[in-house]
Amino acid sequence: MTTSTETPSSTRRGPKHPGQRVAEWTDARLGLYKLGKSNLRKIFPDHWSFMLGEICLYSFTILILTGVYLTLFFHPSMSETVYNGPYAPLQGVRMSEAYASTMHISFEVRGGLLIRQIHHWSALIFIAGMIVHMMRVFFTGAFRKPRELNWLFGWTLLFIGMFEGFTGYSLPDDLLSGTGVRFTEGAVLSTPIVGTYLSMFLFGGEFPGHNFVPIFYSAHILLLPGIMAALLVAHLILVFYHKHTQFAGAGKTEKNVVGMPFFPIYTAKAGGFFFLVFGVIAAIAAIATINPIWTMGPYRPDQVSTGAQPDWYMGFSEGLIRVMPGWEISAWGHTLVLGVFIPLIVFPTVLIAIAVWPFLESWVTGDRGEHHLLDRPRNRPVRTGFGVAWLMLYFTLLIGGGNDLWATHFHLSIETITWSVRIGFFVVPVLSYFVTKRICLGLQRRDRDKVLHGRESGIIKRLPHGEFIEVHEPLDQTELHILTAHPQPQPLDIGPEVDENGVERKVSAVTKVRARLSRNFYGEHSQIPKPTVEEYDEITSGHGHH
Amino acid sequence: MSETGPHNDMAEPEEHLPATRGAHGAEAAVPGDPFADPGHPEHEFRRQDIDEKAATHSERVVAGLFTLSMLGTLAFITSFVIFPVDKYIYVFPLGHVSALNFSLGLSLAVALIGIGAGAVHWARTLMSDEEMPDERHQASADDELRANIEAQWQQGVKESGFGRRKLVRTTMLGALTLVPLSAVVILRDLGPLPEEKLRHTAWAKGKALINPNTNKPLRPEDIPVGSLTFAQPEGLNEQDEDFQTQIAKAALMVVRLKPEDIKDKKELDWSHQGIVAFSKICTHVGCPVSLYEQQTHHVLCPCHQSTFDLSDGARVIFGPAGHRLPQLRISVNGEGNLVAMSDFEVPVGPAFWERG
Repeated sequence: MTTSTETPSSTRRGPKHPGQRVAEWTDARLGLYKLGKSNLRKIFPDHWSFMLGEICLYSFTILILTGVYLTLFFHPSMSETVYNGPYAPLQGVRMSEAYASTMHISFEVRGGLLIRQIHHWSALIFIAGMIVHMMRVFFTGAFRKPRELNWLFGWTLLFIGMFEGFTGYSLPDDLLSGTGVRFTEGAVLSTPIVGTYLSMFLFGGEFPGHNFVPIFYSAHILLLPGIMAALLVAHLILVFYHKHTQFAGAGKTEKNVVGMPFFPIYTAKAGGFFFLVFGVIAAIAAIATINPIWTMGPYRPDQVSTGAQPDWYMGFSEGLIRVMPGWEISAWGHTLVLGVFIPLIVFPTVLIAIAVWPFLESWVTGDRGEHHLLDRPRNRPVRTGFGVAWLMLYFTLLIGGGNDLWATHFHLSIETITWSVRIGFFVVPVLSYFVTKRICLGLQRRDRDKVLHGRESGIIKRLPHGEFIEVHEPLDQTELHILTAHPQPQPLDIGPEVDENGVERKVSAVTKVRARLSRNFYGEHSQIPKPTVEEYDEITSGHGHH
Repeated sequence: MSETGPHNDMAEPEEHLPATRGAHGAEAAVPGDPFADPGHPEHEFRRQDIDEKAATHSERVVAGLFTLSMLGTLAFITSFVIFPVDKYIYVFPLGHVSALNFSLGLSLAVALIGIGAGAVHWARTLMSDEEMPDERHQASADDELRANIEAQWQQGVKESGFGRRKLVRTTMLGALTLVPLSAVVILRDLGPLPEEKLRHTAWAKGKALINPNTNKPLRPEDIPVGSLTFAQPEGLNEQDEDFQTQIAKAALMVVRLKPEDIKDKKELDWSHQGIVAFSKICTHVGCPVSLYEQQTHHVLCPCHQSTFDLSDGARVIFGPAGHRLPQLRISVNGEGNLVAMSDFEVPVGPAFWERG
């Protein structure tokens, strides 16, 4: 189909379907058929947790659609105006164009409130979806080779997504979001040496000035979503390229992927799921008000409401800022604002800790192999313990971020909560790690028992000599395979400290640390040995003793 | 039904070990390794695959869902036309809600969920649900390809002279390093330099304390013991172009304490008959401090709960703030109005590097 001379020969084979002609026209220019060869019937495995990433993709799409609509009505300007719209309590009040146009969208544009609420709800679901999706990937080890870069793409999407959300909810210039922007200014000011300069450039002068809404707008609708769209496309291309991970099961190996084809099953299922997600968010937006900026009023730097909270995904940084002691060091005419700057540094550090995990894990374990079969979280107690510790740190700080609400709802003193969070910041992750590890080991023991002795059937049998036993039903081979499919690597061995001639070997400190961490990962205290075939045969050949 | 199904020919032959599912004592089926992968299981057929009546029923359900979606879109358009934007209705248990928002949202939800549920039901009941394996391939190249690409690369490097002509290389790297500087320089006019801007506010000697509610000067007798009053500097107007920026620094709170309750000597010196004036802007990250407890003379910032003791020079007694709220020295002028004796002596609001 590359030259016009071939056209008559192909038409001779009978009339073509118009769709076929369009496809061939496109193929001749874009190589569509070659693309379809490996992708149209791409196999995707089925598991409920694989839908979490889809929720993120769809809520992002909904955000773009509704966001474009909102730009048609929103005025990103901080020029002052006096409100004379239909919302009586604010009539005659001075406000920015940004706030006034958001009021206009909410009260005068038909359907405007719905789209605004869909937009905000989708943003919350987008970020919640990303975190849950990331946890799925983390706990099942789906980030391992060859998917480490895709893990970083996803992590970057979450990181930028948080700022995308922040710039978005700051745009209406209402009293609540303005307070959040003021906090941002305070945080920027705390940066050593360049803080005041950064603040002047960000706000076009002193806070609040007349610049931040247009600047945030530019970042919110162009810069950040542009980067995110690019990352998202890269993320999806890699999902297709690597083919999806799968859990171990009958016929499912490291060398294949078992499931159903992209076309037509997943075009229908995933395409349909987009509409389901959109529909559910539309229903939520119809019945649950979100960010009612009219009750808060326009921003004034000398006014504030009580119970001021950022959107939940920023709550964890809010917790850091609230529980940090107010340390300030002043010397030689300069001030180091540690009370604000340390939280500002800890915030990305906590996030980066989980971003670098894949590299840390492969370095410690020395694992250089490809992995396409997912881990059951219990079989990797150290990783699972770290993930739970990370989440618990997040939740602890979330409590710190809402310390005033916890105090009023549970009749506690703010001091008690603040001090609990301060201590919890250090203690909770460590405790969670050890508790989780123990639970994982317990579950491994249970799996071992199930393999060797079968499933408890609940049937009590009386033996001829009067003894009562519970009948255990043996597992079928698929179940046996699933419970024993995971490899149990050995810790790194750095060899004896002294060689055969009694001369001390030089082992670098880094190697020693690595070996120690590796023992922590795969040593005898971190995994319960899988049942061996011999153990299994010995127990099952005993006739009915169980 | 699995027994009647045809064998799945997509899988590798060696994966077709005897079916063991459902049979007890599976270990007997595979001699040797009881934990071995039993291979791809036989496909189980659904009712729709063997019973045309069930398939027709599914088809009707799917078509019904798509039709429901069409009705949802019609309801959306109808709601848009019939409900005025300012009509509110009572909906249990939500209370009074916008009729338009409620009806548009729900009808849109029906229109979208109809399509989604229809497509998913179609995929689940009518499309083939036969699982099939697909082989994976490593991303990395084999040795032959790697050698080939490396040779091509070396060829290119050699032809370009990148390694040999050091002068070209060095100057090019220099040029590429310098050129982004123009992007940095051009951002310079985003804002002015900080200079002394954060050190000054709209307050100055002789400026009266204006009650923002009445726009009249505050007089000592206006301020009863135990209440928190706010003030802004004389001459600052809500209509001013830079009002927000000025009030962000100049916002003031005024409290009357019993002079004997004031523990800090400087605070007492800067007060007038026990009336003290402090910056309202929290020294933590700049929220307006606004919750006053008259028994203890504590003020609390509602954002991050920094607490200051107004009877002791606005010392920080709890929370993340790093230093006291700055005090404004006040007195009374000839007309009996409260006036500032100077600007704040220290910068108001959050700390910064040059604050000192």
